[in-house]
Amino acid sequence: MPEKMKFNQGAVVTEPGSSRKYKTGAWRIFKPRIDQRKCIKCYQCWQMCPDAAIRVDAKTGKVWIDYDYCKGCLICLTQCPVKAIEKEVEKK
Amino acid sequence: MTKKVIEASHAIAIGARLCRPAVIPMYPITPQTHVVEQLAEFINNGEMDCAMLDVESEHSAASAVIGIVAAGSRAFTATSSQGLALMYEVLPIISGMRLPAVMAVANRALSAPISIWNDHSDAVSARDQGWIQLWVESSQEALDAVIQGYRISEDKDVFMPLMVCFDGFTLSHLFEPVDVPLQPAVDKFLPKFKPLYKLDVRKPMTFGPIGFPNSFMHFKKQQQEAMLNSISVIKKVNREFKKAFGRAYGDGLLDLYKMQGADYAVIGMGTLCGTARVAIDRLRKKGKRVGLIRVRSLRPFPEKELQSAVKNLKAAAVIDRHISLGQEGPLFTDVRNAIYCNDISINSYIAGLGGRDITVNHFEKVFNDLEKGKQRGEWLF
Ligand code: SF4
Ligand code: SF4
Repeated sequence: MPEKMKFNQGAVVTEPGSSRKYKTGAWRIFKPRIDQRKCIKCYQCWQMCPDAAIRVDAKTGKVWIDYDYCKGCLICLTQCPVKAIEKEVEKK
Repeated sequence: MTKKVIEASHAIAIGARLCRPAVIPMYPITPQTHVVEQLAEFINNGEMDCAMLDVESEHSAASAVIGIVAAGSRAFTATSSQGLALMYEVLPIISGMRLPAVMAVANRALSAPISIWNDHSDAVSARDQGWIQLWVESSQEALDAVIQGYRISEDKDVFMPLMVCFDGFTLSHLFEPVDVPLQPAVDKFLPKFKPLYKLDVRKPMTFGPIGFPNSFMHFKKQQQEAMLNSISVIKKVNREFKKAFGRAYGDGLLDLYKMQGADYAVIGMGTLCGTARVAIDRLRKKGKRVGLIRVRSLRPFPEKELQSAVKNLKAAAVIDRHISLGQEGPLFTDVRNAIYCNDISINSYIAGLGGRDITVNHFEKVFNDLEKGKQRGEWLF
């Protein structure tokens, strides 16, 4: 949640892009981890992640996970055709 | 002003036309249909600069209201009974997003058994969804309430949607002489809609976001404050309406009839009050001290006003055109709650469900009950 809460009438959010401030990573129970050696860069995980938490490095083309927003749904793990994504229990 | 003999549905349509909505999302349902037809005629004839959205359901009509008002335009719609029930999901969204709008509800029973006729079950059941509800008694008031409605709903201290509730058939299809206000007078009375926020691609905003447990209650409290603010706004708009058009409806919240020196009163909403007036006139001629309290605003509920209206009564009877199954008449619940500290006896009567006639005889019986000190109401068949 944003540090200082403002209660605009009708809950209108007047500042665009503010959902970035909401770190959904705190919800995670399982943490996905990409094994770069197995990854074939098919980008299915990038396409399927409901939180756009999978990022692609512009230079290397490698995928990485933004753990600030990854909420651990493991859709990426299910989608990966070469099982390059593993899960571990999140340690808080 | 020009006087015309028209039905209330037509009066509602004229009221809407005079308020210049930009878009009207519509889905027809008996007995609201004449409102839609009339508005379609106005648009077709070029008498109204407005777009009609022919939507696929009442749920869509209510959803379209969100988009129209969020984009900064004035919206009008109308429905009835099952149609209002289908809108139910969207009603608290419109009010929660603080989008002012006016919707006319031609009150009709909810099925089953299927009934196309009048009672108050549709809108009364929706009373907790953050819509101001004005219940009208005549075609004239139906027209006027639409104009008042936009002023109230769009008031900066309110910003809550408003329903104009008018009895299906009993009023919607009733022809009466109606004073039609002139457009310049309405334009003067009702300024252009000024939204607090609006959808604009050049200045993006988020409408309708999630409210987490740490914020949700704050927004509900704001809505409750807005509803309570609307009490004085309804009164103010009613007074200003009188100045502009020469008509007012009680104090805007309650409409009292022959309450001066009354010992006994009936309390009700809508057209049944017209019948009550006839009964009261007859009984007054016989020297009975009887009167009427017509609840015009069900939400917000005028508690203080009601307390002072019943102050000198010995007993009162609430006539509900709806039954909260397993409890009692909901208007009775509200009235008893409001006048809890007034030491008067109060009876509950259920009447007129599914279009059942409410007659002068019924009211004479009710007043007779009160006079005799009968402590219980009943169902009036
Ligand atoms: S676990 Fe879910 S949220 Fe996290 S990266 Fe995979 S798909 Fe995205
Ligand atoms: S789905 Fe698997 S293989 Fe494809 S990019 Fe993602 S991690 Fe790599």
